[in-house]
Amino acid sequence: MSGVAIVGIGMHRFGRTEGVSGRAQAVHAARRALDDAGLRFSDMQFGFGGSHSAGDADTLVSELGLTGLPFINVANGCATGGSALIAADAAIRSGTHDLGIVIGFDKHPRGAFDTDPAEHGIGSWYGETGMMVTTQFFGMKIQRYLHDHGIKPDVLAEIAAKAFRNGARNPMAWRRKEITADEIAAAPMISHPLTQYMYCSPGEGAVALVLCRAEDAHRYTDRPVFLAAATFRSRRYGSFEVFSPWLALDRAPSPTVDAAAAAFDAAGVAPAEVDVAQIQDTESGAELMHMAETGLCAHGEQEELIVSGATAIEGRLPVNTDGGCLANGEPIGASGLRQVHENVLQLRGDAGEHQVPGDPRVGFTHVYGAPGISACTVLTR
Amino acid sequence: MTAPRFVDPSLLTDTADGPALLGSRCSDCGAHTFPRQGGCPRCTGAAMEDVPLSRTGTLWSWTTQGFRPKPPYTGTEAYEPYAVGYVELPDQLLVETRLAETDPDRLEIGMPVELALVPFRGDDQGSVHTYAFVRRTS
Ligand SMILES: [Zn+2]
Repeated sequence: MSGVAIVGIGMHRFGRTEGVSGRAQAVHAARRALDDAGLRFSDMQFGFGGSHSAGDADTLVSELGLTGLPFINVANGCATGGSALIAADAAIRSGTHDLGIVIGFDKHPRGAFDTDPAEHGIGSWYGETGMMVTTQFFGMKIQRYLHDHGIKPDVLAEIAAKAFRNGARNPMAWRRKEITADEIAAAPMISHPLTQYMYCSPGEGAVALVLCRAEDAHRYTDRPVFLAAATFRSRRYGSFEVFSPWLALDRAPSPTVDAAAAAFDAAGVAPAEVDVAQIQDTESGAELMHMAETGLCAHGEQEELIVSGATAIEGRLPVNTDGGCLANGEPIGASGLRQVHENVLQLRGDAGEHQVPGDPRVGFTHVYGAPGISACTVLTR
Repeated sequence: MTAPRFVDPSLLTDTADGPALLGSRCSDCGAHTFPRQGGCPRCTGAAMEDVPLSRTGTLWSWTTQGFRPKPPYTGTEAYEPYAVGYVELPDQLLVETRLAETDPDRLEIGMPVELALVPFRGDDQGSVHTYAFVRRTS
């Protein structure tokens, strides 16, 4: 069994790029990743990739090159990038291939995602009566979480303010203007206790990664980052997920708990060893809950960590150093790979103005989404 | 004069105490679902039977809806604030529901609530109802 290294990274800036299709953004990211590794598309032995609403990844070969490689489309909601990475990891670890590329991209229209109850196996009444609204789910989930753990809602504005502070330091971010916690708290209430600036928006962007066998990594880069683990889990009976007309009385841990534990276990790394973390912040409450569900801290400990600045770029547990989903938006197919891209920059020491000090060695990423899925990675160097 | 129209009559059943939500109960493991379904999500069996859900419970979580949702929402054209939540029905499940109360200061986790049928849209043939939970006073 071979280890797996990331030897090339590329990104198309997140946000809104009028006149540039999602596919074109994907091609841009792929070329950047290939250049970064000093390789050509003809060197790639496989491709895995996907988008939610910007087209099929396998059609990118018409632009990148018709080389005959196996290019497999991945469609797994927010875990599309994570799933592509898991497939690439397995292809290399198993010895099937030595070198390949993963690509995640998207371009969503303005406003919230459209939702159709039938696609989720729910009757039309659910949408008609106004319950098929993702933002409500986040409101109810964090409302209960704050209640269970005795956390004051004020911290939600602090989390968003940190995201915009970090975004202002990241040239690839969408939202680069700082917003104070007071302004965030005073913004229109979307779903109590979450205001407008506490939610991320659908956006655009693309990320590509070139991966190879760990023992070959030094052929392509002098600063390889190793994919120590990539995991994916779905929900168990009793977990609290979006678009649920009912929930079980038995409470089960979120798929985040399972995916994160599996990632740390596979990597042989403890959560306490993490130097930089990118975790799903679809809204402020998600970052709060996921800090504990991933094992990075205890439930109820988040308030102190956030208010004291421990999760800031210069803190002892930097979280969402590129501004996360709040400052980058959420192009579904690209979002998970954005986190990995950011951690590779951090572990290489190439993150510039948003670089975590102290020579970080271990990075962690986490995505979470409908209908109750989570994907995590551990990166080392 | 007929009874008000309901958004989906298959969600309801009649009981001696009045209308109740209609769910399923697994004969093998006792797990409940709402609405009805054929398979048990807990034990993976297929021995589900119809069961009326409790008409009373306690508020487990809640939030508000700050704007008129896009389609597939079909509520009144003008934005009318509403709240939603999960209500714990003892020994059965947590049901997601609209809440009659929309003021955050008057909604609290643990408050006793009971089922009500409330209008959420109207047309030239009158109003269409859905289910909601309201604060229980008795
Ligand atoms: Zn059962």
